[in-house]
Amino acid sequence: MNDTVSFLRKIKGAFLRGLVWLSAIFICLMLAGMIFFILKRGLPHISVGFLTRKPSLLNNTVGILPNLLNTLYIIVITLVIVMPLGVGAAIYLQEYAKNQKAVHLIELATETLSGIPSIIYGLVGMLIFVQFCSLGTSLIAGALTLVIMTLPTVIRTTQESLKTVPDSYREGSLGLGSGKWHMIRTVVLPSATDGIVTGCILAVGRIVGESAALLFTAGMANEMLSFKDAVSPGGAGSTLTVSMYMYAKERGDFNTAFAIAAILLILTLVINSAAKFTAALLQKGNKK
Amino acid sequence: MHALLGICGFIAIAFVILITVFLAVSGVPAIKEIGMTDFLFGMKWASTAAEPSYGIFPFILTSVFGTSGAIILGVPLGILCAVFMTKIADKRIGAIVSGAVSLMAGIPSVVYGLVGMIVIVPAVRSVFGLPDGANLFSAILVLAVMILPSVISMSETALRAVPKEYEEGSLALGATGTETIFKVSLPAARSGILAAVVLGVGRAVGEAMAVMMVSGNVPNMPGIFRSVRFLTTAVASEMSYSSGLQRQALFSVALVLFVFIMLINIILNIVIKKEKGS
Repeated sequence: MNDTVSFLRKIKGAFLRGLVWLSAIFICLMLAGMIFFILKRGLPHISVGFLTRKPSLLNNTVGILPNLLNTLYIIVITLVIVMPLGVGAAIYLQEYAKNQKAVHLIELATETLSGIPSIIYGLVGMLIFVQFCSLGTSLIAGALTLVIMTLPTVIRTTQESLKTVPDSYREGSLGLGSGKWHMIRTVVLPSATDGIVTGCILAVGRIVGESAALLFTAGMANEMLSFKDAVSPGGAGSTLTVSMYMYAKERGDFNTAFAIAAILLILTLVINSAAKFTAALLQKGNKK
Repeated sequence: MHALLGICGFIAIAFVILITVFLAVSGVPAIKEIGMTDFLFGMKWASTAAEPSYGIFPFILTSVFGTSGAIILGVPLGILCAVFMTKIADKRIGAIVSGAVSLMAGIPSVVYGLVGMIVIVPAVRSVFGLPDGANLFSAILVLAVMILPSVISMSETALRAVPKEYEEGSLALGATGTETIFKVSLPAARSGILAAVVLGVGRAVGEAMAVMMVSGNVPNMPGIFRSVRFLTTAVASEMSYSSGLQRQALFSVALVLFVFIMLINIILNIVIKKEKGS
């Protein structure tokens, strides 16, 4: 049958096929090279001291403990605020809202939010939280900025998983005489946990990787903060990404920058696998 | 409970309005003071000079050129990779590539910036024999890589949505597998792929940190081997030490960037709607 395909067509096909293979191989090799390069440059500079000290010019030590803690604080504060908001919004959209126009408008707004670049969030966060709400350059201002940024992700993933909860669950619960909110709380939400967890993990991923939005809201300091400092106005501090940027761009300390980059890369890997795992659970739930 | 959840629902709309209002209120005064045309089409940005001049045309052009360059390099590569994942690779290899792509999407932009600074900038300098490798070309290379994940995953979705009958029909009529992919599947998925391109444009226009680390950050008119400043990096680089009209002008730059992004969003929405309609 192959004889009917002319030589020229075969050559052309082989060429295009080669191009497709080449591009996929190129992308994978580039990523692998990048990972290898970062780990090779970064891992040798990671030590217990590096992870458990703060940087000190007096003792001539480098350490990223403050930045690790700041990242953790920002993650916790952001999630505590964004999860109820996002899940609540998703429940409203999926279970309560009857006005199709309102639903459409809200979905348009979340899409708009997810398209806004992080540098704009940084600027607006600075205007609203740092100056207008006079929180000062602080972790709490940074976290509030990130709340706006991660809200679309949480809403979308929660909504997706709410959609997969079969209507028969809802009808059964209502038929047994439960109220609407009771039905959502005891039947719908528990069946949608995996989607909510996925949204949570994706939000963490965005927070860990964010830098432009935090530069002018959470600040660039490397001081140790307690959690109480972190939630009070004026407690400024840099997360891992921001401090990495400062080490690389402002101080030219590439060893520390690569060490932080290696840590960020490992965190990304962990977060990605976790998200994939819960997404797989979600998929399984869909098939049931 | 209904009311409380309703508030949660409408908060996204409130945020959009809040962002728009704050940007407009802080961005408009400087534009008024400098003059719309002088601001948008002024050729010279010298915010700290004795006689400051605030023309952002170099930034606008740089953002346009940088984004176009990234699209020209990144989009074909991304589409071909999506073709590989959906039509050519078997399931296991496809899963590996798709894992790689989602990892790429998760890597923080400062990490791309760092690698660009240490690898691409020196490489560009030595390959082209330049005094400094931090220029528009390096920025385009970094941006092209950074838009790949969005372009690939969006094209992947579009390619997967092509009805099997189209491809089967083409094969039955005697086209080879490769011909079917390039003459049937890709054209059938074109509106989804267009959406992928627009999404890539949005990503490239909005990227700040990585670009800041590799583009040299000098407010020149763009040239491929010149140090340049994008709209995003113009905002980021002077914000920490700015004051007075200079600071207000930075807000205006952000406002211009915001308008660009909104236009791109609108186009994206139209494209997606069209795709859903067809």
